Amino acid sequence: MTLLNVEALDCRYGLLQAVRSVSLRVEAGETVALIGANGAGKTTLLRAVAGAHRLHSGRVVFDGVDITRLPAHRRVALGIALVPEGRRLFPSLTVEENLRVAASRRRRGPWNVQSVLEVFPMLQQRRRRPAASLSGGEQQAVAIGRALMSNPRLLLLDEVSLGLAPIVVDAVYRSLAGIISEGSTVLLVEQDLTRALRVAGRVVCLLEGRVVLEEAAGGLDRDRVVSAYFGLRRPA
Amino acid sequence: MKVARWTRTSKLFTGGTAGVAVALACIPLVFESDVVQKLTTLMILVLLAAMWNALAGYGGLLSVGQQAFIGIGAYGTVFFADQGVTPYVAMILATLLAGAISLPISLFALRLRAAQFAIGMWVIAEVMSIIVRLDQNLGAGTGISLIQMNQYEPNFRQAYTFWLALAFTAIFLVALFLLLRSPLGASLQAIRDDEDAARSLGVRVAARKRLLFVLAGFGCGAAGVLIVANTLFIEPGSVFSVQWSAYMIFMVLVGGLGTFEGPIIGAILLFAIQTTFTQGGPWYLVGLGATAALFALALPRGLWGTVEERLGLRLLPVGYRVVEAKGEERAA
Amino acid sequence: MTLLNAALQGVFLGAFYAVLACGLSIMFGVMRIINLAHGDIAVLGAYVVFVIVEHAGVSAFIAFAAALPVMVVLGYVLQITLLERSLKAGILTPLLATFGLSIVIQNLLQLAFSPDVQSLGGSAGALTTSSWQLAGGLSVSALGLVVLVVAVLVFGALQLFLARTRIGWMMRATAEDADAAELVGINSRSVYAWATAMAVAIAALGGFFLAIRSVFDPVSGPTQLIFAFEAVVIGGMGSLWGTLLGGIALGVAQTLGAQVHPQFAVMAGHLLFLVVLIVRFGGGRAVLRAAR
Repeated sequence: MTLLNVEALDCRYGLLQAVRSVSLRVEAGETVALIGANGAGKTTLLRAVAGAHRLHSGRVVFDGVDITRLPAHRRVALGIALVPEGRRLFPSLTVEENLRVAASRRRRGPWNVQSVLEVFPMLQQRRRRPAASLSGGEQQAVAIGRALMSNPRLLLLDEVSLGLAPIVVDAVYRSLAGIISEGSTVLLVEQDLTRALRVAGRVVCLLEGRVVLEEAAGGLDRDRVVSAYFGLRRPA
Repeated sequence: MKVARWTRTSKLFTGGTAGVAVALACIPLVFESDVVQKLTTLMILVLLAAMWNALAGYGGLLSVGQQAFIGIGAYGTVFFADQGVTPYVAMILATLLAGAISLPISLFALRLRAAQFAIGMWVIAEVMSIIVRLDQNLGAGTGISLIQMNQYEPNFRQAYTFWLALAFTAIFLVALFLLLRSPLGASLQAIRDDEDAARSLGVRVAARKRLLFVLAGFGCGAAGVLIVANTLFIEPGSVFSVQWSAYMIFMVLVGGLGTFEGPIIGAILLFAIQTTFTQGGPWYLVGLGATAALFALALPRGLWGTVEERLGLRLLPVGYRVVEAKGEERAA
Repeated sequence: MTLLNAALQGVFLGAFYAVLACGLSIMFGVMRIINLAHGDIAVLGAYVVFVIVEHAGVSAFIAFAAALPVMVVLGYVLQITLLERSLKAGILTPLLATFGLSIVIQNLLQLAFSPDVQSLGGSAGALTTSSWQLAGGLSVSALGLVVLVVAVLVFGALQLFLARTRIGWMMRATAEDADAAELVGINSRSVYAWATAMAVAIAALGGFFLAIRSVFDPVSGPTQLIFAFEAVVIGGMGSLWGTLLGGIALGVAQTLGAQVHPQFAVMAGHLLFLVVLIVRFGGGRAVLRAAR
């Protein structure tokens, strides 16, 4: 079944059009990767789905419900959670407080402080430390865990590899694989093409706010992806 | 397509202001002295509005304490007159004093962020008020009269005061007008739009703000001078009152923050309201406060700003316009 | 009066300032708004208590208990009508809108009540008059002690609330990053409204203390605002315990200033405030250079 249906989305920053008439479907249980160059509109799109960015026009339908007018905190209650770009933890709150504060709109499900700490065992010893004192990788773990606390049906991840060492990113993606295998639906933005193609079942490429490529990841030709990514026109 | 300063409307209007100034100068020759006094009050309001707009509209500096300089101008005049200086020369000196004092104050005040700056200036005004209250030579808490003005025959005195008011207002408005049309003006617009970006382009933000602050110091000092010249009696409770800031905020917000014409319109409006509702008391102040708040929230561009935007009208051009090839115009 | 006793009285006075300042500090901490109508809201609270005392004939304390829910609702309404809209506009807008509100409140109070000063000292019973003389020329008034104890309790309770309860965490989270807070399910509008409600309620407490320890009239608001703001700045903006200490520092400065000259009390507080501003914002070096 289609969990998320984005129809002709148009998002702006003042006069600047960041997302132009984007339509997108995500089926339950899928993992879809959004790729594209900087400024292509990926973060704006995710934020629009999460409710953090106002739409200029278009619709967002989640599990058959039109949520276009719903504010972000209400969408969390419905089952959408975004791990924002740059982690955005609450710096003075401890790890545990960061997790608990996100549980106010929890839905029923397997995720709670205990189970989150099991997926990210390096946080066990840090649970009472202020979030600002953690390393980048640890913060990313907390950010993902925080999003999980509401037991979302749709998990949105924005550039979880940003600013992290490759070995740390490997660890994050390993945990992510575990989460994905539990059956969550994931829509993630990823700069690293290789990782995106490895973890996702389907790939959507954005360029200057428009969808220029939408394919199953499996049989995807790397060259096609690169040309779509950079907007190079080649004879078919 | 070209970039132009003037339109036909603005050329006509600006040329017209010279005529208006001449007409205004004739007022004391035509009208009774109480009318002249009222119009002097109007000039004072225009001056105050223009100065507050210079600070907040062009400099982004919201001061709730400009009454400090009003007080310096007023009490400075009394002080110099008491030293034996001719009253009207004392007034010039007091204006200079206000401007001079604004400079050291700017050294620390301009480093403060929005709220601290606003209330910091207010506290400075309060401090000055207390200093004056402690000085018996300046009338302490009960106030003092500018008795040296008695040497002039009342009608002449009113006329001289009016012409001084006209001169001050003209000087400060022209100074501001030229300032905004200079490269300085463009950099001020840049600072207003994005301070960090402007700084990275080499715009010396601090110096620009200081210039506006000192100009406003001079201007508000001049207003204070005119107040004591016009009413002849001052007390700390009224010249140092935060009520002046309330008036300035109303005039500029309703007229149009950041526009040149707006504050003038706001001043005329406040003057009209004041003369109509002299018996109003608290009700009219409730109206003023509520209107200012409403404009801040709903019509941030003020009356003139909204008109300007909708009609693309500029009467006293301080910005640029993009002129289409066919002679159609769009505001820049 | 000995210097030590003056300082002690300053502590009691400062505790009162701290209560006045607490609400201002909350609103700044959570929303980065300085409410220029804060002092007038405190005075409004005093008038609400006054009206209840006049009409119901009860003691001031009971009247305050009845006034409190009224003020809480007022704060909530204030946020969702005026303040929320001004938050979304520029940085200057909250200052301008609350300044307008301040004028409106002062003048509505002038219309509703006489411009004469009022006091609720009489309705507070023996509390306002009892005091104890300690060794060393120190005098402790019952009222001063009560205000001090209440101030410490209020600040302490607030700290606990913010540190230990989930709603407190939600408030801190929204204060630190409102956008991210929304993304984890926190209704930031609601958080802001409750923060304002708390701030207004505590401001009303400040107004109540003003009414029973001193006099008030419709235009007392701006004076209270200036003292509250000075307390917040002296103690360090954004720090709750700092506001308590700042209030006390302000009170002590004023009472010690009064020792120099009776009219110098308020001025001493202003000077302390200005000195703290200069030192903290680095204008100090420039001023020293100019003074040399």
